[in-house]
Amino acid sequence: MHLLLQRIQQTFTVGVTGLAEWRGDAAVTVTRDKVHEVAQFLRNDPGMDFDYIVHVSSVDWPDDEERFEVVWEVYSIRKRHRIRLKTRVPESDCVVDSLTDLWKGADFMEREVFDMMGIRFRNHPDLRRILMPDDYTEGYPLRKDFPLRGKGWRDTFDFLDEVPR
Amino acid sequence: MAFEDQRTTVYKVNPEHPESETLPTLRTEELLLNMGPQHPSTHGVLKVILELEGERLVKSTPVMGYLHRGVEKLAEDGTYHQFIPHTDRLDYVCAMYNNFAYCRAVEKLLNLQVPERAEYLRTIVAEVQRIIGHQFWLSAQALDIGAMTVFFYCFRDREILLDWFDELCGARLTTSWYRIGGVERDLTPSLIDKLKQFLDYFLPKIDEYQVFLEKNRIWLGRTKGVAVISAEDAVSFGLSGPVLRGSGVDYDLRKYEPYSAYPKCEFSVPVGKNGDTYDRYWIRVMELYESVKIIRQCLEQMQEGPVMADVPSVTLPPKERVFTNLEAMIQQFKLFSQGFDAPPGEVYCGTEAHKGELGFYIVSTGGGKPYRLKIRAPSFIHMGAFDHMARGYMISDACTIFGTYDIVMGECDR
Repeated sequence: MHLLLQRIQQTFTVGVTGLAEWRGDAAVTVTRDKVHEVAQFLRNDPGMDFDYIVHVSSVDWPDDEERFEVVWEVYSIRKRHRIRLKTRVPESDCVVDSLTDLWKGADFMEREVFDMMGIRFRNHPDLRRILMPDDYTEGYPLRKDFPLRGKGWRDTFDFLDEVPR
Repeated sequence: MAFEDQRTTVYKVNPEHPESETLPTLRTEELLLNMGPQHPSTHGVLKVILELEGERLVKSTPVMGYLHRGVEKLAEDGTYHQFIPHTDRLDYVCAMYNNFAYCRAVEKLLNLQVPERAEYLRTIVAEVQRIIGHQFWLSAQALDIGAMTVFFYCFRDREILLDWFDELCGARLTTSWYRIGGVERDLTPSLIDKLKQFLDYFLPKIDEYQVFLEKNRIWLGRTKGVAVISAEDAVSFGLSGPVLRGSGVDYDLRKYEPYSAYPKCEFSVPVGKNGDTYDRYWIRVMELYESVKIIRQCLEQMQEGPVMADVPSVTLPPKERVFTNLEAMIQQFKLFSQGFDAPPGEVYCGTEAHKGELGFYIVSTGGGKPYRLKIRAPSFIHMGAFDHMARGYMISDACTIFGTYDIVMGECDR
């Protein structure tokens, strides 16, 4: 198994629910209350030293009990390794700890996740919509139940299904 | 004083110095200024709300999303092949590199090996695209802060390369030349000759660009020591590409996680010292030389061979066979209508585009379409550091800071 994953498994006896390695990418899944603790370990431990945030993303699994998956990908510039940190969030309580205090770049990336998927980040300094307009009320576009053609006023349009020949 | 009206009173007596009653002090307050969305130096449609104290920037809040087209949502509806033209429209200045980054991510998902000649071709065209990107940056950034001449010289040479793209794939900007498993077609001998000619022509031109800027006192004054960011902050903000290397962090995926034909080429990664706009300029100019070096080595080392992997369930058949052979036609039709069956799993694959690390995070649940596709766009992440970098500078420096990131809003808003 990947050395980083082994190290995480030894350090955290509770809270780590999954370790995976596929196509060379190491991924660790933790419970929601442990996210900040594990992230702090990844950031500050000299053996881990993950100082660079690559991206924050989210995946919607509508059939699962805990519907949303939040993904942080971090990289270490000095050690040259990367890891993916994942957690699950239920729809009824869509909140997860923000990691902006560890990586400043997480600010915009988490705002995008909030905008697109509707996951709120606790302790985020400025959690507002970023790509959609501030007064957008039609939901969160990247959720699977959001229709591809969009929602709202355009529903009243008379779309032609097929071009008449 | 009888009354104070905030709307009309401009001058007020300073109570601490009543003797200065004849010389009233100026009432000051912070001013909010909307810069954009129709400002020419925002490279697209971007608004920044600037809080000003006099002419100094106190706080700036980027307002983005004017070009948001929901590309990530569209990706979930099409097959993997169908998404390639969408990637052109992300960073429309450098379409080839977007194709490259996306194809690499899908190949990682499929664990697909690309033939050697295709790897060389990909590297050559990617570096040609890097030259175009840096030329564009050089011209647009100098134009933003008033140095107009270099713009014409860069665009004159950029035109040659765009025509070269035109001959290569029939399009100048939205190219879609890369394919999953290889490239669409091989370079013709005429294209190789033209490229070699261009490289000989281009080397002295780089010196020419430098003369225009580095002898220009105004341009130097507006770039040296402007938009400084420390190495530690740059890393923490997740900056990448020349913006990060300008602060002295040696981070280049072409060296760190070598891909394509880069490990077979010798090149160096220029790294700055001061983290200011001038250093980032210097890095981009040096990268022009390095790109020329890489292309020359690739042209020399390249051997004959196929340009597309031969995995019929995934890769497209050669075009000649599609029109003459029934099986090939069925294969092409099935790949474009249904797509190929990708294994379930998730991958992240970052590629060093000329703006920074362009990454694709793909979640697959099997089947022909990606379940979720996330684009790590360097322009978007660079905008996150705007407030930090702009604080304390003048309004006119805001244009310099837009310029220094090399932002393209198509990629930023997706």
